[in-house]
Amino acid sequence: MRDRVAIVGIGETEYRPWGGITDRSEFRLACEAILAACADAGLSPRDLDGFSSYANDRNDAPRLAAALGCAELRFAGMVWDGGGGGVCAAVAHAAHAIHAGAASCVAVVRALCQGQYGRFGRIGGRAPGRQVPPPSVPPGFAYALPMGLLSPAAMCALIVRRHMHEFGTTHRQMGHLAVAVRAHAQRNPRAVMHGRPLTLEEHATARVIADPFRLHDCCLETDGACAVILVSAERARDLRRTPVRILAAAEGGEGAWGASLYTHQAPAPPYPSANLAPVARRLWAMAECTPQDVDVAQLYENFTGMVLLALEDLGFCERGAGGAFVEDGTLPLNTAGGNLSEAYVHGLNLVLEGVRQMRGESTSQVRDAELCLVSGGPGVAPTSALILRRD
Amino acid sequence: MPYLPADLPRLPPGRDDAPWWEALRRHELVIQRCAACGTWRHPPAPLCARCHATDARWERVSGRGLVFSYTWVHHAAHPALAERGPYDVALVELPDADGTRLVSNVIDVGPADLHIGLAVEVVFEDLDDLTLPRFRPARLVSRTP
Repeated sequence: MRDRVAIVGIGETEYRPWGGITDRSEFRLACEAILAACADAGLSPRDLDGFSSYANDRNDAPRLAAALGCAELRFAGMVWDGGGGGVCAAVAHAAHAIHAGAASCVAVVRALCQGQYGRFGRIGGRAPGRQVPPPSVPPGFAYALPMGLLSPAAMCALIVRRHMHEFGTTHRQMGHLAVAVRAHAQRNPRAVMHGRPLTLEEHATARVIADPFRLHDCCLETDGACAVILVSAERARDLRRTPVRILAAAEGGEGAWGASLYTHQAPAPPYPSANLAPVARRLWAMAECTPQDVDVAQLYENFTGMVLLALEDLGFCERGAGGAFVEDGTLPLNTAGGNLSEAYVHGLNLVLEGVRQMRGESTSQVRDAELCLVSGGPGVAPTSALILRRD
Repeated sequence: MPYLPADLPRLPPGRDDAPWWEALRRHELVIQRCAACGTWRHPPAPLCARCHATDARWERVSGRGLVFSYTWVHHAAHPALAERGPYDVALVELPDADGTRLVSNVIDVGPADLHIGLAVEVVFEDLDDLTLPRFRPARLVSRTP
C-alpha cells in the first residue's frame, strides 16, 4: 500500500463551539463536508463507492451513499472502538480498500453536532440516575463510573500525573505546546480560537479541569464536519489537485492495553504512554524513513500532556523527554491550531491540515515540507498514525 | 456520607464480575486469580490471558495498597457532582495481588498529602444496593486481613 493511494480532496464545514450549529442536521454537515471534498478533488459525489469512519460516527455509509446518489456502495468501514484513536486508521482502511481493489473512490468522514446529540465524551446522560448509562458504555466503565472517573480529562490526567512522577515532566512544558498551537490558530481564520491568543501565564492560571490539566490543556468541543477523498495514486494523476500520497499508515497498540482509559491496567511500562509505540514501529518500517525526516506533524491533542507521550512513542525523542522536546519547539506541530485551538472534529481536521501542508497551502506553511506525520488519539486502543508525502 | 454522591451512573453487575461485587457487599476485597496458573487479573474476565484457563478463584487480599497515580477532579462531568467540589480519583496498586491496580478514591486526604507512593488501606462504603471499595491513608498499626 506504501505510496499507492492518495488523498485528492479535502472538505469541511464551518467550525463552531459545541452546540453552536443548530440550523442544519449533523447528517447534513457530513454531506456538506463530502460535497466540498469532492468539489476540491474535481469528482462527482456519484463517483464515491466507499465510506470510512471511526468512533461509531452516526452518519452511516448506506445513508450517505443514498443521499449522495452513489451508483454503488462497495466499502463501508468503521474502526472498531478507540474513539479519536481511530482517525488515521479510518484513512488507512480507505487506502487498504482501494489498494486491494475493493473500492475505487472512498470518502473518510466525521461529523459532530453536540447540541443535537449530547455533549461528546459525557457519560451517563444529562440527568442524575442509577444504572442508566447508555447501552454503548463499555463494561470497563463499571469500575470507573461510581468512583467519579467520568471524563476523558480525568482519565488522561491519571496517565500524565504518573509520567510527571517518573520523568519530572511539568505543567509548564505542556503550556509550551498549548501556546504554540494557539499561535498557529491566530493565522487560521477557520479556527475557533482565531483572534484569541494565549500566554504561558494564562495557561498556568486557568481553572483546573482535572489536575494537572487546566482549561487550555484540554481540546475544544466543536460542532462541524470534515471529509477527505482517496483514490489510487494512478487515478489521482488525472484529477485537478496535486495528490498527497499515503506513504505509510499503521494502527493498533499494545495487546494488553485494553480499555486502559477506564481501568488503567496496562503493564508499566508501557504505562504511562500514549500506546503509540507499537504503531510507530510498523509506521516507520513501512515508510522506510525516520522521525528526523519528518518536516511537520499533526498530533491529536486530547490533552496537552498526552501529546508529550505521543512524541516519545513516535520516536521524536526518548521516553520521558517529551516535555523538554515541546519546550525546544523544533518540530512544527498542529499548524492549523489542532484540536486545542482550531476545532475538535475528532482529529479529522488534523488530517486536512496535513494535506494542506503537503500542498503548500497551510496558513502556517512549513517551507518545502515533503513529509507530514499525523497521529490519532493517544492513550486509547486502537490508536493510529499516518505519514503523508508530497507528490 | 459516601465520598461521592450515590447517584453517579453505574453499570449493573454482569456474569463476569458479579462475585467481585458480592464480596464487596460482605466487606471483602477479592481479586480474581487463575485457578490453573495463578495469574491475578482485574477487571474480572472470563479467562486467563496467560494460559486461557476459564477456572478462577476469588482470592481475598489484605486491602493494603500504594497510590500509583491520582488526579484532583474539579470539573463536574456529571450533574450529580455539581455541588460536590474537587475530589480525587486514584489508582491504587495492590502489592499482595502482584501489583493489580484499582480505580478508586482516597478519602480523608487533602491535596497536600495525596501523593504517588502513599500507603493506603481499603474502606468499604455501603450504598443502598452496592458497596464500593475506597481507600484511606494507612494507619500504622498491624491489622488482620
